[in-house]
Amino acid sequence: MAERERRLTRPYGGVFVARTRVMNAEDIHRAVRRMAHEILERNHGVDDLVVIGLQTGGVDLAQALAASLGEIEELGPDDAPVPVGVLDVALHRDDIGIRPVLPEEVTEIPVDLDGRTVILVDDVLFTGRTIRAALEAMGTYGRPRAVQLAVMIDRGHRELPIRPDYVGKNIPTRRDELVDVTMIGVELGELQKP
Amino acid sequence: MNGHLLSIADLTRADLEEVLDVTDSMVEVSSRAIPKVPALRGRTVVSLFYEDSTRTRLSFDTAAKRLSADTMSFAVSSSSVNKGESVRDTIETIEAMGIDAVVVRHRSSGVPAQIASWTDAVVINAGDGWHQHPTQALLDSYTIRSHRGSLDRLHIGIVGDVKHSRVARSDIEAFTKLGARVTLVAPPTLLPPSTSPWDVAVSHDLDSVIPTLDVCYLLRMQRERMTEALVPTLREYTACFGLTSQRADRLPSDALIMHPGPMNRGVEIASEVADRPNAVITEQVANGVAVRMSVLFLLLGPGRAALPPLDTPAATVTTTLDSGETK
Repeated sequence: MAERERRLTRPYGGVFVARTRVMNAEDIHRAVRRMAHEILERNHGVDDLVVIGLQTGGVDLAQALAASLGEIEELGPDDAPVPVGVLDVALHRDDIGIRPVLPEEVTEIPVDLDGRTVILVDDVLFTGRTIRAALEAMGTYGRPRAVQLAVMIDRGHRELPIRPDYVGKNIPTRRDELVDVTMIGVELGELQKP
Repeated sequence: MNGHLLSIADLTRADLEEVLDVTDSMVEVSSRAIPKVPALRGRTVVSLFYEDSTRTRLSFDTAAKRLSADTMSFAVSSSSVNKGESVRDTIETIEAMGIDAVVVRHRSSGVPAQIASWTDAVVINAGDGWHQHPTQALLDSYTIRSHRGSLDRLHIGIVGDVKHSRVARSDIEAFTKLGARVTLVAPPTLLPPSTSPWDVAVSHDLDSVIPTLDVCYLLRMQRERMTEALVPTLREYTACFGLTSQRADRLPSDALIMHPGPMNRGVEIASEVADRPNAVITEQVANGVAVRMSVLFLLLGPGRAALPPLDTPAATVTTTLDSGETK
C-alpha cells in the first residue's frame, strides 16, 4: 500500500482518491528526457532558453527538464546552467470570483525575458486557462522571442485555442476526474469533497 | 478573511498569516517592471477620508490600482459633507453609483462598523478615532516578519502615547496574536485607564526595557488629539521616553526601530536615529502598499464564500494502489 500526503492547491478542500496509476517514476523520467531532446532539436541547443515552471505542479518538472537539458548538452560546472523560473498566475486568472484563487508562491523570474525563448512547463494541460493567464503574466516581465509549452499530461477538454508543443503523455479523461502528477508518478482519480 | 476589515480583533491568527502570506506575492508584483495585475479588474474601490491622511490614502489608492481596480476618491473638504450631508446619506449616494469596497477613515471610533451595517459593499477601516487602524498593524507585522522570519517570542516595545493611538491598539492585538511579547512603555498619563484586556506588560521606564527589545516601536506624539496637559513639556517627554541616540545605542544590534509616521523628529525619535540602517520606517511605507493589495485581493477577489474554513487541515491524498504497479 503506497500512502502519501500531499497538499492540493489551496484553497481546495477534499481528499484525492487515486484509482489508476498511469505512469511511474521511471516513465516520468523517460518522458522528461524525451521532451528535453525534442526541445533541443527544435531550438538547436540551449542558447537563450529559459525554463519556467507554473506554480505549483510545474515547478519540479521545470527543474527536472532544465537538469535534463544541461545533461544532454553536457554543460560543465563552468557553463551557465539553463535558467529556471517559477510563475504563479493566480493574480492573472480570468476566473477570480468564480472559483477560489489564492497566490500559492512568489513568482521568481531569474532573467530578463526580452528576446529569450521561454519553455513554459506545467504538469497537466486541461482547459488551457492557466496557460492563458501565464502568457498574460509573462507580458509584465518582458517580451520573449517565442513561448513553447511543455506538459507532462494532456488530458483534453480545452476551452481556449491553446496547444502544447511537448507532451509527456496524452490521457483521455472525464471532466470530473482529477489527474495527480508528482515526480514519482501520475495517478488518475477523483476528488472526494469533505 | 471574510466580509469587512474593521478591527484586528475580528481576525484569527490564521487570518493574519494568510494576509501576510499573500503579501509576499504582492511584494513581488510591486517589484515587476510593470507592477500591475488584472486581479480586481472591474471592481470599484472608494476612499472616504473624513480625516487628513496622505500616506494611507495614497497607499490604498496605489494598491487598488496595482490590482487594476477602479478607484474613486472622496475628499471631504470639496464634497457635500460641507453642505451638511450625513455619513449615511453620503454612503447611500456613492453606493448607488455601484461600488465594491469603501475605505473609510473617520475621527470618531466605530464609524466604519456603522457604515458596514448600512452597505453591501466591503468596508475597510483605514483608521477610526482612537479605536483601530488594522492595515497599519498588518504592515507592521509584515515588516517585522520580513526581517525576523516570524513574530514568535519576539519582544516588542510600544513606546509613547498609547492612550490616543489607534495604531497601538491594532498593533498590540496583531503582535500578540502572532506570538510576540509586548511591553507598553509610557508615562501613566499616556496609557489607557486599563490595559487588562490585553496580554501585555507595562513599564514606565524606557531605559530598563531597551536592552531586551527585538523591536522598538515608537508612537507619534499626537499633538492634535491632546487637549489636556498629559506631559509637562515635550522636552521632558523626549528626555524620558524619546529614542535618543544614546538609547538607540543600547538596543540589541539586530533590533528594529519602527514608527507609523509622520515622525516628530527630535520628539519621540532623534533625527539621527530615524536614519539608521535598522530603522525600517520607509520600508513600512513600502510594505503598506503590498499589504493593502493583499487585503483588497482577499476581501474582493476570490469567491471566498465557497471556501472551507481555514482551520480545516489541508487536503490529504490517500493512495490505495500497490506501489510500483503500472496499469
